[in-house]
Amino acid sequence: MQYLLMIYGNEAAMTPATPEQSSQMHAAYGAYTEALKKAGVLLGGERLKPTSTATSVRVAKGKTEVLNGPYAETKEQLGGYYMIDVADLDAAIAWAARCPGASFGTMEVRPIWPMQ
Amino acid sequence: MRDPANEDGHREPRAVAEAVARRSYGKLLAFLAARTRDVAGAEDALSEAFSAALTDWPANGVPRSPEAWLLTVARHRMVDAVRRRRVGEDAAPHLQLLVELADTEDRADGEAAIPDDRLPLMFACAHPAIEAGIRAPLILQTTLGFDAATIASAFLVSPATMAQRLVRAKNKIRQAGIPFRVPERADLAERLEAVLDAIYAAFAEGWSDPAGTETRRRNLAAEGIWLGRLVASLLPEEPEALGLLALMLYAEARRGARRNAAGDYVPLAEQDPAAWHATLIDEAEALLFRASGIGRTGRYQLEAALQSAHVVRRQWVGTTGRADWAAIVQLYDALLAMTASPVVAINRAIAVAETLGASAGIAALDSVAGDARLAEYQPYWAARAGLLARTGNVDAADAAYAQAIGLESDPAVRAFLQRRRKMLGS
Repeated sequence: MQYLLMIYGNEAAMTPATPEQSSQMHAAYGAYTEALKKAGVLLGGERLKPTSTATSVRVAKGKTEVLNGPYAETKEQLGGYYMIDVADLDAAIAWAARCPGASFGTMEVRPIWPMQ
Repeated sequence: MRDPANEDGHREPRAVAEAVARRSYGKLLAFLAARTRDVAGAEDALSEAFSAALTDWPANGVPRSPEAWLLTVARHRMVDAVRRRRVGEDAAPHLQLLVELADTEDRADGEAAIPDDRLPLMFACAHPAIEAGIRAPLILQTTLGFDAATIASAFLVSPATMAQRLVRAKNKIRQAGIPFRVPERADLAERLEAVLDAIYAAFAEGWSDPAGTETRRRNLAAEGIWLGRLVASLLPEEPEALGLLALMLYAEARRGARRNAAGDYVPLAEQDPAAWHATLIDEAEALLFRASGIGRTGRYQLEAALQSAHVVRRQWVGTTGRADWAAIVQLYDALLAMTASPVVAINRAIAVAETLGASAGIAALDSVAGDARLAEYQPYWAARAGLLARTGNVDAADAAYAQAIGLESDPAVRAFLQRRRKMLGS
């Protein structure tokens, strides 16, 4: 089954990271991504720019509304994701727990709805 | 396939279908659900297979292996249902699973060959991704085939709410890809608790039929003990699994003693220890001893220890022996701290009355009287009535007995309460 692992974390707390902290985090994510690849479960994944760069769009009554900022203001923000293909929820949870983001925020695990 | 000489062949097809339903429902459902992860679909298919049996068996005779017959029909119904409604979902892997199912089934020519997946099914139902409060009801429904209304009454929830939550939980198992397997050691303790709770709930439901008139419910107590033995044998180092089995065996040992020869209800304090089942009690004591040696206490070990403190009366002759009430109060204190359950608080109040007197017991009952759940809980009113009677507060005792009588569904217990009520002031 395919799962999206969403990495939620507090952007405000992350921003003042020192260069050493940043490079350490970068290396941790690099190793994690490598482990996913080696296990043959990685379908894709990206880091997202902070929510200050977000724009929200919706069409209401035929009119396009463009709003500055993320869809919802929350304490933790979506900062990136991995898409994986594993046997079941327990395997997905195990991979989510290994993600460096799980130690600093929350990982949300969602099954992909397969299209035909 | 049809064999008129077979034992089932001489019996009414309806009776055979009911016997198979009682004996094998959980096993058949676990087998179908574990291979498709579709609990609701497996339930529907199995229920259609049972209906089909009621039409087919009277006409064509009872098949040699009723279980295998039901499994074949249920599997075909599942494939049909998948073709009909699985648009937009992963039909391909699902159909693949059903092909595997067919392979297994071809080898499974007979009841013994159908693997028992009830333990993996129970752990799927007890998965942390499933809402905590619905885990035990879900296990009861899937392993024993209870309908939502029966489960709702056991868990003090409205039937509509219970039905809705069960449907949601089954959807979650299928859509989130929750596995059907016994978890690794690291996750075991946490998940085991929900499994044990469900087994005990099943046992309690069966044990609450003391007259033994309802075969289906009596079977539940046996199923509960069977599941308890299964879990305890697979996980011999888990003290709570041993504690639960001990608790159920203590209770089972007193099953017959709850009624006298005339069929009247006999409360625990007045039961003749000679009427208890000594072998079961010995087994329970040994299990509890082993569990306490492992050194991790828990709810089921405490409850089993309470039973143990009651059965010390065995050491006296006749009904003169006293239970170890001081130990019982201490155990209830520990249990109350762990569970904060109003039901535990009621039992603790009864024990307090034995050590400190009826007024102290009433004071202890008053401390939980504000709990709205107790307004319709018979044992609360019966306990209250008994203690009020002992303090000579006849009017209040009479009113409490009336309330308890009105809430009781067991005729023997109702008659017992009515006799106690009549004795007031005499």
